[in-house]
Amino acid sequence: MKHVVSISDLSKKQILSILKRAKELFPVAKGKKKSKSLDGKILATCFFEPSTRTRLSFETAMQRLGGTCIGFADPSATSHLKGETLVDGIKMVAGYADAVVLRHPQEGSARLASENSEVPLINGGDGAGQHPTQTLLDLFTINEEMKKLKGLNVGMLGDLRYGRTVHSLSHALAKFDNKLSFISPDSLSMPSYVTDDISCEWSSYNSINEVLKDLDVLYVTRIQKERFPDLEEYKKVASAYIINSDLLKNAKSNMRILHPLPRVTEISTDVDDTKHAAYFRQAFNGVPVRMALLEQLIGGSK
Amino acid sequence: MTDNLMRVQPIRNGTVIDHIKAGRGRKILDTLELIDKGTTITLLMHVPSKKNTSKDVIKIEDRELSESESQKLALLSPGAHVNIIRNFVVAEKNVAELPKSISDMALCSNVNCISNNERGARTTFNIINEDSLNIQCIYCGRKIAEDNIVFI
Repeated sequence: MKHVVSISDLSKKQILSILKRAKELFPVAKGKKKSKSLDGKILATCFFEPSTRTRLSFETAMQRLGGTCIGFADPSATSHLKGETLVDGIKMVAGYADAVVLRHPQEGSARLASENSEVPLINGGDGAGQHPTQTLLDLFTINEEMKKLKGLNVGMLGDLRYGRTVHSLSHALAKFDNKLSFISPDSLSMPSYVTDDISCEWSSYNSINEVLKDLDVLYVTRIQKERFPDLEEYKKVASAYIINSDLLKNAKSNMRILHPLPRVTEISTDVDDTKHAAYFRQAFNGVPVRMALLEQLIGGSK
Repeated sequence: MTDNLMRVQPIRNGTVIDHIKAGRGRKILDTLELIDKGTTITLLMHVPSKKNTSKDVIKIEDRELSESESQKLALLSPGAHVNIIRNFVVAEKNVAELPKSISDMALCSNVNCISNNERGARTTFNIINEDSLNIQCIYCGRKIAEDNIVFI
């Protein structure tokens, strides 16, 4: 494993090894234990479009392991605007750092960058494409919350058509033999190019009520206003896919709700205090998971 | 083959593409941009064939197919035979074999793909289905079916 561009670059064994190491690093991620495993190493975070969670959790992960970070959170401060190509930029940054995290608005940018990077390149999200560390932290969270990663009925709700997190997660969960339940309006249903490649059992629903009582995990995504040609239609659809504590009375008592955040209205705040809410723990899990990945990619492990 | 080649006059110099998938000849002429180049072209369609039930044949006079043209041909009709004719004799004979991947032969249909936005970027596609041609961009992962492939 040199670069991590897509979750499919990782074998089942490699995924499990990252999750295991992430669990061990949990106290370090919390700041309760100290680590110097990446002492003297430098991570470059190159963000050609804004992202708070991904960038900050990578920087926290690196610093918790004793490493340091360079980079930019906004391309306007770089030569990108002078017309520098991505390839030129990556070749330059790869000379300054031991690993590079790239977030870029165009699909395939991370693959192209990895072909031109001397040091490990991690995809921090490429347009509507891949975001493998999100998938790793989603898997880690499911494993932590449910104490297993197989044989679960995982529901995915909301925008399944454009949501890259649910696409990658579906592929990954299928590898681990789970059952997937896709819940969305017809206009935002899971695309066939995703379902064609899924090897496990899956089914589609229009309403959460049809399937809620059977779910072990419910992964909620945001329905974006800009996907709808008219506002009325958006309001109608969005209001039909809202999770609140009332609805959850029909759910299994140990059912867990995940969300990649930021959320808007799709999960009511009254859910936050229920035992079902796992999304804030999920957001934190980005740190130990990214620590484990950085250790494996730039050495210094143990 | 000889019988079929005799259906129209043999050519002195040029290329005879034989064993083209039946009905595929016109698309090959279009994609390889063989028409209107000042050379005589003969297209035979649905010629009875021993190998398949029928096939198309293209004869191009005074012109030999380039490497990149042969590769495009391989995508459109894998198994086609390319015969280079010099002075009425078959000087070279190659079978167009479908490659595992193609570079700089087609454009990605995803406008937001880095290959369409980065200056100097190349395109590469993996061939993911040989029966009905389907290619996948190695960068953005977009899958493109044969009818939607835009050749460069």
